[in-house]
Amino acid sequence: MLDELRELYQEVILDHGKNPRNLRRIGDANHHAQGNNPMCGDTLSVYLLTNGQNLIEDVSFIGKGCAISMASASMMTEILKGKTVEEAETLFHGFHDLCTKDDADLSEAEATDADAVERLQVLSGVRTFPVRVKCATLAWHTMDAALKGDAEISTE
Amino acid sequence: MSLLKTPTLPNDSRPGDNSIAAFDVERVREDFPILKREVYGRPLVYLDNGASAQKPRQVIDAMTRVMEESYSNVHRGVHRLSQEATDLFEGARERVAAFVNAGSPDEIIFTRGATEAINMLAACFASQVQPGDEIIISEMEHHSNIVPWQFLRDRSGIVLKAVPIDDDGNFDMDAYRGLLSPRTKLVAVTHISNALGSITPLKQIIQEAHAAGAQVMVDGCQALPHMRVDVRELDADYYAFSSHKMYGPTGIGALYGKKDLLNRLPPYQGGGDMIATVTLEKSTFKAAPHRFEAGTPAIIEAVGFGAAVDYLNSIGMNAIAAHEEGLLAYATRKLEAIEGLQIIGKAKEKAGIISFVLEGAHAHDIGTIVDRSGVALRAGHHCAQPVMDRFGLSATARVSFGLYNTPAEVDVLAEALQTVRDFFG
Repeated sequence: MLDELRELYQEVILDHGKNPRNLRRIGDANHHAQGNNPMCGDTLSVYLLTNGQNLIEDVSFIGKGCAISMASASMMTEILKGKTVEEAETLFHGFHDLCTKDDADLSEAEATDADAVERLQVLSGVRTFPVRVKCATLAWHTMDAALKGDAEISTE
Repeated sequence: MSLLKTPTLPNDSRPGDNSIAAFDVERVREDFPILKREVYGRPLVYLDNGASAQKPRQVIDAMTRVMEESYSNVHRGVHRLSQEATDLFEGARERVAAFVNAGSPDEIIFTRGATEAINMLAACFASQVQPGDEIIISEMEHHSNIVPWQFLRDRSGIVLKAVPIDDDGNFDMDAYRGLLSPRTKLVAVTHISNALGSITPLKQIIQEAHAAGAQVMVDGCQALPHMRVDVRELDADYYAFSSHKMYGPTGIGALYGKKDLLNRLPPYQGGGDMIATVTLEKSTFKAAPHRFEAGTPAIIEAVGFGAAVDYLNSIGMNAIAAHEEGLLAYATRKLEAIEGLQIIGKAKEKAGIISFVLEGAHAHDIGTIVDRSGVALRAGHHCAQPVMDRFGLSATARVSFGLYNTPAEVDVLAEALQTVRDFFG
């Protein structure tokens, strides 16, 4: 019982959950979206500042939620800073598969940033907790919506 | 077996009056097959009764029996089975009517559940209001008792107002009095808050509404499984509730309404069984309750609903209430002893519901961790987001007791919460 829980709540997640990085609003963000998880009422805003070369110069988030959703958002902001929009999308798809598929093909995401994929593996414990997948992916869905120009998304 | 016998309760055995002397929870648990199962190798500790309650063998058997022996459509056939099914269906209505002490079975409209009951009333109530009229709800309503009135507001130009609650989750009677006016047409208020457990001072709320010339609809979802409710003693005009929280099946609930008020409302949906006559030009409609029951109803579910009411009566609502009060007191003490745990909602009058937050741990994480100990509780906003907003929270963990819960289960919960503290403390 505890083993699976420890797998889900690894130290890294607890740390990011308690001390989320980039928890702030970017004043001159040119992409922003709000994500909702209607099941639990969590809302999370993601802010991105991209430049003319489609490079993500800054990324942050504001929100309150469970350890999984906070850790996921926090790690995402760390990973995406300095990536291009295309790379962010590739990592999003890789992460999504990581959280939902046992035999996910992560080659594309790994080609983009193998180190990031390895770090994100700590969240893959949600695969054994299907109701928690939305917690892990909310920030990424919201980031994706922000880049695509959708103001609001829901994980339903 | 007397399937055709129309089951009615004698007048002198109203719910709660036939409580067994000693409530034997182990005996009661034997009635619920699901309580024998394990979750992740641990005995199930089901503490999510506020969302939906488990079903006793008596309900399961009654539903199986009607399908195996008497199933047919109701109110339509001249054949034997249709008569039997109709008797069982209408018998269930009589049991439900007696359970809440309605004046007549005609005052019980079967709906898909409490949500549909409130939506139906809100839709039909459009005929009773003018732009500028007011409807009063409270800050601790379930979404089902907020959104239908917002629909009515947006369609009819009424004004919707909400009575605040205090920091302990008590209904603010003074603020309520301030909101009541000759413009108030309806007060729609919960009997027991699903998120906080607060019991509202219903009798007083209703008296004052009536004095102001307003009608009152009560959301009774959380009350009926836990305490004796007498709609006539309360003088409620409408009272909505659902079967699945009363140990009956899903897909059925009821709206109680005073007969003369119901018959003042226009029909809800049009179609079979609600009509008196139909021509291609014009139709006329039956009186309540059939006027509001278009289409084939939930026949098997109604039979199960009736059986659930019988089951509750067989144990006695006073005995159930006393048992759950004991659990509430024990669990409150036990949970308050956990470091960093804060109970949200400490109303003076409270039912067997405890919402809480634990320092450093989000409700979702609590839910996931205690689940691995076999404990089912609710984590989230409980479909009562305004309540969460009131306390500046996005979510709480909530345990809600049923008649089969035990102090030993509370101990399992407390132990599981220690595991949460080990992770997040």
